[in-house]
Amino acid sequence: MILASQVWTQIFWTSVIAGGLLAGLPLMFTALGETISERAGVLNIGLEGMMLCGAYCGFLGAYYGGNQWIGYLAGIAAGALASLVMVVLCVWLGLDQIVVGIAITLAGEGITSVLYQTRFSGSQPRLGNVATAPIPLLDRIPLIGKAVNGQTPLFSQPLVVYLGLAFAIGLTWVFRRTNVGLNLRAAGEKPEALDAAGVSVVATRSYAVLATGALAGLGGAYLAIAGTGGFQPFLTQGQGYMAIVIAMLARGRPLAVVAFSLMFGIALSLSTLLQIAGINLSTEIVNMLPFAAIIVALIVFARRAYLPPALALPYVRGAR
Amino acid sequence: MSESAVTAAPARRSVSLRVQKVADVVIRSIVPVVLALVAGGIVLLALGRHPLGFYGNIWTGGVQGSAWQDSAIRMAPFLLIAAGLTLIFRANIWNLGYNGQFLLSAAVVSGYGPRLVEHVPLWLAFVLLFLAAGAVGALWTLVPAVLKAWYGTNEIITTLMMSFIGIDIASLLIKGPFHDPTTPLPQTAVVPLEKMLPPIPGTRIHVGLLVAVAAILVVHFVLTRTSWGLRLQIMGANPRAARHFGIDLKRLIVVSFLGSGCLVGLAACADIMGLWGYIRTGWDPAYGDTIIPFVFLARLNALAVIPFIAFFAVLSTGGDLAAQQANLPTDFIYVLVGLILLFMTVIEYLGRQRSLGTSYLPPGLRQALRGPRGFFRKKAAA
Repeated sequence: MILASQVWTQIFWTSVIAGGLLAGLPLMFTALGETISERAGVLNIGLEGMMLCGAYCGFLGAYYGGNQWIGYLAGIAAGALASLVMVVLCVWLGLDQIVVGIAITLAGEGITSVLYQTRFSGSQPRLGNVATAPIPLLDRIPLIGKAVNGQTPLFSQPLVVYLGLAFAIGLTWVFRRTNVGLNLRAAGEKPEALDAAGVSVVATRSYAVLATGALAGLGGAYLAIAGTGGFQPFLTQGQGYMAIVIAMLARGRPLAVVAFSLMFGIALSLSTLLQIAGINLSTEIVNMLPFAAIIVALIVFARRAYLPPALALPYVRGAR
Repeated sequence: MSESAVTAAPARRSVSLRVQKVADVVIRSIVPVVLALVAGGIVLLALGRHPLGFYGNIWTGGVQGSAWQDSAIRMAPFLLIAAGLTLIFRANIWNLGYNGQFLLSAAVVSGYGPRLVEHVPLWLAFVLLFLAAGAVGALWTLVPAVLKAWYGTNEIITTLMMSFIGIDIASLLIKGPFHDPTTPLPQTAVVPLEKMLPPIPGTRIHVGLLVAVAAILVVHFVLTRTSWGLRLQIMGANPRAARHFGIDLKRLIVVSFLGSGCLVGLAACADIMGLWGYIRTGWDPAYGDTIIPFVFLARLNALAVIPFIAFFAVLSTGGDLAAQQANLPTDFIYVLVGLILLFMTVIEYLGRQRSLGTSYLPPGLRQALRGPRGFFRKKAAA
């Protein structure tokens, strides 16, 4: 049955990858943010809330501003603003990162749902289609360059997709080759050493958490603007937690984050695709697949997800 | 005369110390709630709603008349989940997979419940269902527990993933083997009203609440009065020291995980057999998300959880009515709970600084805030 169906056509695989990109990009942005913050020693459980703030403000910006870029900027600002709470409470005052993270998630879920439903529950406005930027030459490749089933063609994605992929590559370089990256890693591995070297641990971690919030906000905004074309309460549906899982599995490597995000994105978009291809696999089973795969991998390889030693520990100078 | 003064002074001091300590705990627990209600009131004002009217409606819908009984009914699953979370958080292990454990147990209970109550004596059916729910909840923590115990795999990842899987499996079960054939809706058969958990005489509150209170008492006893509880706390405080003492960490991790999952499963059974009677796909109350703050407010003390959960039950029961009256979504409760958590951590911090007798600002920040003069001087020196 499977062999006879349309699974093996090129069209199907093109739309798998395009769908994976669309669904995986919010995860990628958010997980890259979590990577930065985890490297710096701050475990950010509040991603879900920050994503939702970014998604709602991104939607507002794109709806009233009439431009996707205004939306993305609004999303970034909202995410950073939400993460400011974490900067003050966790980095400056050294409070429990997990408790504060859960608080941010709860408050973010609540406030975005309340604001959206008080203002838009009657109208539920939709955003227009996002302008795409085709890559010259590549978009003319026959078969894989074409639009399929109304999906955006593979080589003609919104500009922010390319920017995101470029950012991931840039982040790898920052981590490996620059002082900033070294400082970030030291803040997570051995903050005392960073302090002794004359660099402020608090400042390093503050910037890292702000960057995380901005990226989570961008991820949320992308989800609202390009992904679903509108906002709904609880739009993210646990994607913030998925991003934490991706960041931990990727062990701090940005390119691995990209790969895992695409894998999760493909899994998220697979159920609709399989229906298009004529296979009726229940949504639940398809949704389960990525999680089940990771659990099985963890059982079989018993691999430890890498975590910096100083993760989730507040830094107090001179304390042991 | 001077002798009596000498002997009396320490006694008086210890009494006043104890009073001070109790007052301290009460202040640290109540103040965040009050601050959160005030901040929530400001949010309400910003939304153009009347805060006092909103909170008044919470009182009307959650306490007044016989509404307190509705709140008490909600307390049953809340308390059981709180017991499970208290147990595992004491070990400093993060079981964040409670939603999957809860829904899977709920699916099993509502799948077998309607048939079981028809075929065996009612009391036996309840016992069997509670046991089954507890077993399912415990089973669903087994993989994270074993991975954590043997390989040190981060349990936040594994419990969250098992939770997502559990929710999907619950949905599959409801659509598949447990589906009620008489309806096209994706839901299970309904337990007849007269075969649900019986009410406590004189009230509408089902006996699930008694089960929950008993579970809280048992957890409190185990944590504070048994050597197992002490071992659990040592592990939570310092796993290395625990291993040094010769504590079998692996077994302790697995058992505490199973216990936590079991209590969450019991919560599902109390909720389904006491209140709902059936389950539908897509139903995920996510009780645990909002209960975590109160477990922390109670400082992981199982007995202290009871008043906080009572408060939250009133808040959520009355909040439904208040939100409806104010034409707000019920998700506003999430805002309040989030604010409570935030203020709690801040008050906790201030209290700690105060008892240490140090400044309220951490040294790094104090230095940074010392003003531009110091900052420039440092630069000039360099």
